Amino acid sequence: MSTSPLQARRVPHGTSRIDIDHLSLDFPIFHGGARSLKKMLFKRGKSILTNATGPRTGGQVQLRPGESGTVYVQALEDVSLHIRAGERVGLIGHNGAGKSTLLRVLASIYMPDAPNVHIHGQVAALLDVNSGMNQELTGRENITLMGRHKGMTTAQIKQLEQDVEAFAQLETFLDLPVRLYSTGMRIRLGFGIATTMTPQILLMDEWFMAGDVHFQERAEKRLASVVNGTDILVITSHALGVLEKWCTRLVWMEAGRIRMDGPTRDVMQAYRASAASSA
Amino acid sequence: MVSSSSPEQTFAADRSAPAPQHSGEPEEWSAKKSRILLACQDIAEACALWRLATTLGWLDVRLQYSGSTFGPFWLTLTTAVMVGAMGLIYSQLFHLNIHDYLPYISISLILWQNGLSTLIQESCSTFTRAAGTLRSVTMPYTVQALRTTIRCGIMFSYTVVVPVAVFIIMGVWPGITMLLALPALILWLLDCVAFCLLLGSVCARFRDIPPIVGSLLQILFYVTPIIWEPKQLGSAAWWLYLNPFYSMLEIVRRPFLGQLPSGMAWLIALGGSVLLCLLALFTFSRSRNRLAFWV
Repeated sequence: MSTSPLQARRVPHGTSRIDIDHLSLDFPIFHGGARSLKKMLFKRGKSILTNATGPRTGGQVQLRPGESGTVYVQALEDVSLHIRAGERVGLIGHNGAGKSTLLRVLASIYMPDAPNVHIHGQVAALLDVNSGMNQELTGRENITLMGRHKGMTTAQIKQLEQDVEAFAQLETFLDLPVRLYSTGMRIRLGFGIATTMTPQILLMDEWFMAGDVHFQERAEKRLASVVNGTDILVITSHALGVLEKWCTRLVWMEAGRIRMDGPTRDVMQAYRASAASSA
Repeated sequence: MVSSSSPEQTFAADRSAPAPQHSGEPEEWSAKKSRILLACQDIAEACALWRLATTLGWLDVRLQYSGSTFGPFWLTLTTAVMVGAMGLIYSQLFHLNIHDYLPYISISLILWQNGLSTLIQESCSTFTRAAGTLRSVTMPYTVQALRTTIRCGIMFSYTVVVPVAVFIIMGVWPGITMLLALPALILWLLDCVAFCLLLGSVCARFRDIPPIVGSLLQILFYVTPIIWEPKQLGSAAWWLYLNPFYSMLEIVRRPFLGQLPSGMAWLIALGGSVLLCLLALFTFSRSRNRLAFWV
């Protein structure tokens, strides 16, 4: 094998890019609740849902007649996004606006072969505090698993383990099952693992902003060094201050659509104005 | 069963494109071809991550038995008890010499119970078990199939001790012929991956498949010569070739009993495996895009 999985999908520096053209994504809901959800929808009347204006939580719930009564949730609707190397993009919008779904599309988790999504560059995603971590295994074993996932050799994994151990400062907890960890400790471990390597495209969900003050300082320092090495950064957050500090461009999502896309200052102004008026 | 789920398997984007369903034949064909290619790429990438799959498989076994004193040796113990009990009961029922019957049933039973049956049952939960991982980490889906295969392989190897012990106690030794079981076992591993991709994807979409598979396996246990011997059927024994599981079992079992499996059995086993792999590739390539939503 000429290329290790570690180096797979790497493109020349500065040529990473993300192109999404008119992407719509709807979740089919199959199991259990599909039937009763259908009844519920009929009872309440679809008009209430479809006519709702203003900020709405979650995507549009719709029923497609003739397709075995499956309920769909429209999570993304006609989203087009082009990101070039060097851009630091923040996704804003209230809960359920489609930020995390979009991030998962960028990470090739949803619709990995969609013809209208093109991602060039090596991607690393920090989507979920527990992403890929096994609750029953110790922190150390989880580090090994992550290393294996990245295609590392045993020696490289040893290196990774020392690195994460020094950063996360979990001490004896590193040898205990992850299910015993507090949320903050999980974040330390997950963050430590995810930031040991510099990808070309880094995708982050908002969870990494948690943790105590002491940790946040160190996390920011570490993140800065990783981010400086990446071509593209895409983060979602509700912490507007963080976004203002890190991002050069903001994408404001609402109900699965892009409401506004532009330089951080402009979008932030509009977003704040909208939040103030609806409050 | 599989193709009937096509409506939600098309891309959402395709639906919004102008008349995607009625576009020309060649276009549809190329889409199908690229789907298969992408599935093959998925499989190749997963093979490069074999270390990850092995680690995951080992950890699965260890976690399943963590906290128990004997660990995975419980598998050995339960198998030993079952072989002993069934050997005694059925040798009485069939009026067979226990010295001949016990080695036969010990190898047959573990090959079915801990081999084929477990492997097929476990393959159903290939993707549903890993739902959390599939939704949060970018990883070739086939890694999960390899993981399940390795888990089944490890659990199977813990039970092989039982027939070996029976052979020693009964003083029978199959000799060098036993090595012929090796290529057959490799074929089993390959089939296991195929089963994982096939049943794993189908069961992720249709949650009532695992119980159906379970009851089918129960029936197969009785119609396949596991507790009874094919020669008990007399001249009607060739009917057994209609059951592909019989051939799959024979190619591994006969060498262990010091006999040569029939060429017919190997032919059917190979043919069945090729069909299974093709079906698995087809199903997997069609469902790959939607797996993250299904689990």
